[in-house]
Amino acid sequence: MAGAQLAARIESAAKVHDSSQRTAPHVTIRGLTKRFSDATIYDNFDFDIPRGKLTSVFGPNGCGKSTLINMIAGLFPVDAGEILFDGQPLNKIKFGYVFQNYREAMFPWLRAFDNIAYPLKVAGVSKNERDARVEKIVATLNVKIDLRLYPYQMSGGQQQLVSIMRALVVDPEILFLDEPFSALDYEMTLFMREQMQRIFVETATTTVLVSHDLEEAVYLSDRILLLSRHPARAVEFVHYDAPRPRTDRTLSEADFISTKAHCLEIFQREVRKG
Amino acid sequence: MKRLEIFLPFVGVAVLLAVWSLTVWARVVDPVLLPSPVATFKAMWVGMTSGKLGVDFIKTVVRTIYSTVIAAVIAIPLGILLGSSEKVYRSVEFLIDFFRSTPASAMFPLFLVLFGVGDRTKISVAAFGAALVILFNVAYGVMNARKTRILAAKVMGASRMRVLWDVMLLESLPQTFVGLRNGVSLALVIVVVAEMFIGSTDGLGQRVFEAQQLFDMPDMYAAIFAAGALGYGLNLLFLTIERRFVHWSGK
Repeated sequence: MAGAQLAARIESAAKVHDSSQRTAPHVTIRGLTKRFSDATIYDNFDFDIPRGKLTSVFGPNGCGKSTLINMIAGLFPVDAGEILFDGQPLNKIKFGYVFQNYREAMFPWLRAFDNIAYPLKVAGVSKNERDARVEKIVATLNVKIDLRLYPYQMSGGQQQLVSIMRALVVDPEILFLDEPFSALDYEMTLFMREQMQRIFVETATTTVLVSHDLEEAVYLSDRILLLSRHPARAVEFVHYDAPRPRTDRTLSEADFISTKAHCLEIFQREVRKG
Repeated sequence: MKRLEIFLPFVGVAVLLAVWSLTVWARVVDPVLLPSPVATFKAMWVGMTSGKLGVDFIKTVVRTIYSTVIAAVIAIPLGILLGSSEKVYRSVEFLIDFFRSTPASAMFPLFLVLFGVGDRTKISVAAFGAALVILFNVAYGVMNARKTRILAAKVMGASRMRVLWDVMLLESLPQTFVGLRNGVSLALVIVVVAEMFIGSTDGLGQRVFEAQQLFDMPDMYAAIFAAGALGYGLNLLFLTIERRFVHWSGK
């Protein structure tokens, strides 16, 4: 069994260097199993996350949306199964993770600038280069916040923007966001959606977003993964290919409305099954 | 009306002084037992500027600072060590709680045997009491570090040592300062009690005790107020340091 797994890993590692595989899925999830004391959340779950796309994960409450990205990002251990990034394990790649609770994920003793630079410090990057790279990401994203402030001196949206920049400063191959806007008020959420879209257009980083807001999920995504109640299955992988930048007008286009309605129908069917 | 609000903190003091003066004036209490505020503050002024009270005050300050510093130097690193592993802390929790609950004054005879009569006993008993309070707070500060913050550091690739150093240590600082403030207050209590009894020749405790023995009531009240001012001042000092260095506390 272990021998077969090893052989499969060597084979998939070899594929990375084959240029025909560049359009291959970025993340491959195979046989993922996760049990909590009272429930099986994932049972032999297989899924591929496409490269360079923004994929949203949507599903009924408690179906394991956040658990999925937490396992992919290594925050929770898996009970069984394998998650590979271009055939490599997590510790071989650079990734960014944005928490829902920005207030507890930021370091209040560091100024915003040093918060963003922190992952580079951990990686042993020199002070000069750290500064240069933070300046670069700030310029790329065209962010207009006073980064000399401490997180607690900023609004919620600004803090979450800082925490997204902190995730992006390492030039991640993949970016995870766990309900990043759900702790913000509506006005700020709308603003942050635009920021998120701009960041994605600028960087084209493979992005996985857990959302509990269907409108947001469809609006921002190229792909929407609809999960069933646990043990979670991929009920459908909806494509939404409206051109970017999407605007308020996108929300009233027929394509958007029908995609959203379709997702909602599947969602409600899954909810009723429970 | 709004402008008068800045005087609110002084209302209590004014009322106390008024009641005190009235009590003395109406001779409700024997004037030998309760001198007037004026006589008391005069005794305090004379004692602090040219008398023995000033010397005793400095002695007590030095002892309290020494014992708090010793306690902090031992308890802060130990607290971080214990707090960084919940299992380790749980295994010594009973001992810490037990000795934290033991009145430090009960330890005087033991420390007298160990260190003899003199400053070393007073300082070490006070340090012992303060250290346990600081240790307990630091360990809890480290243990209660926000899980999300630790996860955030881990997800950015921080090693165990780095998480301890960059996150847990700083997370524990507000609680560490709570421990330091409680510790210094306790150290002062123990030092003053120690100065009263074990063969002491100086210190605020000795001053209060001696004035009482000589029935010099203005001097006794003066020494009590000096001790109060010292306790209040030390607490304020630590609060100021905390606000300066732990700017994120409570935010």
